[in-house]
Amino acid sequence: MAVHKRAYRPYEGPLTAERARFLVLPRYGLLELFESRLLTVFCVLCFVPILIAASAIYIAYSPAARALLEMSSAPDYVRKPDFFFAILTFQGGLAFLLTAWVAPVLISPDLVNGALPLYLSRPLTRVEYVLGKATVLLTLLSAITWAPMLVLFALEAGLAADGWGPANVRIAAAVCAGSWVWILVLTLLGLAISAWIRWRVVASGALAGVFFMGAAFGEMWREVLNTSWGRLTNLYYLVGLVWRSLFGLFTDRSVAQEMFNERGRDLPTWAAWAGLAAAVTLSVWVLERRLRAREVVS
Amino acid sequence: MGPVIELDRLVVRLGGRTILDGLSGALAGRAIGLLGPNGAGKSTLINTLLGFHPAASGAVRVFGADVREQKALRRLIGYMPESDAFISHMTGVRFVRYMAELAGLPPQAALERAHEAFFYVGLGEARYRKLGTYSLGMKQLAKLAQAIAHGPRLLLLDEPTNGLDPPARQRMIRLIREIRDAGQMHILISSHLLRDVEETCEEVVILREGRIAAHCDLETERRSNRKFVELETAGSATSFTTAVQGLGAECAFYPNGHGLARVKVVLPDEVEMRELFRLAAMHDVQIRRMNYRRDSLEDIFLAAMKEKGGAGGRP
Repeated sequence: MAVHKRAYRPYEGPLTAERARFLVLPRYGLLELFESRLLTVFCVLCFVPILIAASAIYIAYSPAARALLEMSSAPDYVRKPDFFFAILTFQGGLAFLLTAWVAPVLISPDLVNGALPLYLSRPLTRVEYVLGKATVLLTLLSAITWAPMLVLFALEAGLAADGWGPANVRIAAAVCAGSWVWILVLTLLGLAISAWIRWRVVASGALAGVFFMGAAFGEMWREVLNTSWGRLTNLYYLVGLVWRSLFGLFTDRSVAQEMFNERGRDLPTWAAWAGLAAAVTLSVWVLERRLRAREVVS
Repeated sequence: MGPVIELDRLVVRLGGRTILDGLSGALAGRAIGLLGPNGAGKSTLINTLLGFHPAASGAVRVFGADVREQKALRRLIGYMPESDAFISHMTGVRFVRYMAELAGLPPQAALERAHEAFFYVGLGEARYRKLGTYSLGMKQLAKLAQAIAHGPRLLLLDEPTNGLDPPARQRMIRLIREIRDAGQMHILISSHLLRDVEETCEEVVILREGRIAAHCDLETERRSNRKFVELETAGSATSFTTAVQGLGAECAFYPNGHGLARVKVVLPDEVEMRELFRLAAMHDVQIRRMNYRRDSLEDIFLAAMKEKGGAGGRP
């Protein structure tokens, strides 16, 4: 029978697993995102620093490559935590740019089009909705931070063959933990802004504003009042402190100190954790307030 | 057959106001109309059925279970909201497939059902167009398609003919009737248009100020309602009305002068209309004009709006 002549018939086929159903959201989300060539190109470019780092590791352990490049000795910086810290810092910046690009299109179109009641009228809770949307960002950000960095770590451990890997497991742990802290902050903040601001460009701008204005405010506060506490509004600085503590980079003069401790007036690490936790809590509160099937006007 | 929806002293408060005030009743019809003036609580009741609003007290059950407690129950519900609700940059078929997958259908089955649903509502040719380019009528039909694609057992339609031109409205009404007559799902239609409900529903709940003002089975009402006849006569109205009263009818006449009169008759169900003509001929009375009508949903609605304090219903 022609499809258009069929009468309505109930569905009696199999159903997907209830717990995994929220994964429909990221599947559709990612497919839509990668319809944009520009985003695809940007995502590819995000792997360039990783490739450069992998090349550096390879060169450090390959006499033939060093000879080809006329390098007299093997650089040992690739064996230090600072090397991975620097890569994480760079990839963390790229992760921010990717979030500013992707996050605004995740929730705001559903709110603009009034689609939220349709989602929530199905067997999908608000938490699952957020989890599904967050999975889009979690996937993308993981793909450019901890996942390739663990590959770098494995490459280094494999090439070193002198027990470097087991001796530096902390680096791998720091990469994972540090990445996930940043990914969590970016994801929740991005989703909260997407839920708060309905226009994509404005939402991207707002996300950038949270970071850059926060950093500017923190520095201004520091200069005027001669106190570092204003830096609590500088999320990139806060996560840098957390990363440093995770990598164990507080004691020696290092790349980390050059980047984050130019005046030796850092905030304590607990304050950095608390600042990030506050940002996460605020984001969750915004999501809780904004993501309702029906708005109730009191 | 058990009730589809059970309301047990349901109270819903929103923003400090009581919107639904102690609703009780069991709705079991194949097509249930939810009527009431603006602000009566129709949409709030639908949102409560969907689990969007919590009950301040009392309970609401769909197929015997609480929607807020049993998430899986929502798979059995299809919802067509009143306002625009779609994803404008998606094609129609992709949108409906997406929604069907969220309801638990595997991707392949969801795609198949999305195509079927689009053809079923008459948008087959437009299914690859982006929803943002649809006209208002097409958007309404696309909303209906997403509501039925996953094969629900209860379809909640919130003002389904809102903003539709007459042909589109007729099309929507025809679809609702078809779905009702297919007998696969129950339908709850919230509307402030009495005609829509009258044409599609067999059971009606009328809300007023958050309370049930009337709850009736339309078919029973139609059967039991009396026949009203208004006549314009020439001749001896007195003897004619006496004869009509002899049939067991209620009758009154109002002389208009020049031998003309207006006669109002309420006929018992068992009395045929031709009896009036027979008596008129017998008493040499001319029937110059006749208006005949049965009690309509409008009468029921107006009576419910006039009654004070709400009601448990007429049946």
